[in-house]
Amino acid sequence: MNCEWTAKLDRYVDGELTGDELAEFQGHLVGCAVCAAGALGRLQTKRMTRVASEHRYRPSAEFRLKVEQSVSEPKGGRWARQWGPMLALAATLLLTVASALWWVRSSRVEQGVSELADLHVATLASANPVDVASTDRHTVKPWFQGKVPFMFNLPELQNTPFRLLGGKVAYFHQKAGAQLLYAVGKHQISVFIFQEDAAARVNLGSTATFSSEGWTQGGLWYFALGDCSAVDLRALSDLLKSAGRP
Amino acid sequence: MPLFASLYNLAHWLTQDGAEADDLVQETYLKALKGFRSFEPGTNFRAWMYRILRNTFLTSRSGLSAKMTEPLDPEGEITAESGTPESLLLARMDQELVRNALERLPVAFREVILLCDLEEMSYQEIAEAIGVPMGTVMSRLSRARKAMRELLMARVSGASL
Repeated sequence: MNCEWTAKLDRYVDGELTGDELAEFQGHLVGCAVCAAGALGRLQTKRMTRVASEHRYRPSAEFRLKVEQSVSEPKGGRWARQWGPMLALAATLLLTVASALWWVRSSRVEQGVSELADLHVATLASANPVDVASTDRHTVKPWFQGKVPFMFNLPELQNTPFRLLGGKVAYFHQKAGAQLLYAVGKHQISVFIFQEDAAARVNLGSTATFSSEGWTQGGLWYFALGDCSAVDLRALSDLLKSAGRP
Repeated sequence: MPLFASLYNLAHWLTQDGAEADDLVQETYLKALKGFRSFEPGTNFRAWMYRILRNTFLTSRSGLSAKMTEPLDPEGEITAESGTPESLLLARMDQELVRNALERLPVAFREVILLCDLEEMSYQEIAEAIGVPMGTVMSRLSRARKAMRELLMARVSGASL
């Protein structure tokens, strides 16, 4: 027995069908035993693949240390051994000048954003990343009452790839604000919300390692960042913007 | 260091050799550091790191031999396939069976399955990471899963004889 729709099974189990195409395919699944069995089998194999391959090989602490040391070893030393003192001096000078130029440029762009990126990284590294742990926005939002000097709305996430993990109070430029933690797949995204004046001196830019987006709405300043794709970050930002509209 | 454990796991899956995985990871981080300016802020850091790891692998000894022994990747359309006895697979599948099937897949197939199912990358991210169009990602993933199912079925059928 065959069905022409089986060509869409992989995209379905990988979450790559959206909108009308997804609704149409789900409708088809209800009445097609071939595709229903195919979807179930693929989901099970996908799950088993993750379980079987995740953490299969773990780096030792010694190896991690060795790589850390090798990437932090000054390049000048190697060059000096290979090319002699003159070239080493020239290379070091060039690196110093290039680094200084890069630092001046990037520090101007990333000022402020890097502080929020640090808060995000510290949150992910923490044993207790959030103070209110819930996927329910009706639990998370009221928790902030009395803890931050403003109110905000959170979006409904049903039928989206995003999950709310919780939230906590964050401090930025000595002002209290809300930090919400979301997940999409294996990626985590922090959304910071502050009163607009707290962000007045911040240069909005992007970080080198995270996707990010900032905007102001209703007297509040929002900033979302995470290691997800720029497309996912934009999608979550759009949901938050919709929820923030009066 | 960002992504260290994840890249190490992937490196080991690609090379299937501990010493080569060590070399690959170390070289990847050195190259990433050296080429950090080529990273465009706002783009996907994970895909960028994986691309470095992959390119390094392809120029390594095992990568070169993997390239030579693999069939070309004909970019035909994704064909509908006949139904397989999924229920048999579901009942018999276990971690060791899946792990074994993964190890036996050609490296190009193993790679795309791991990026999708383990790393949970979207098709767009995988396309960026391995430098091919999204259509190629879809067809390669489809063929990789078909090959994996056939390996699993052969094992399950063999075990039940």
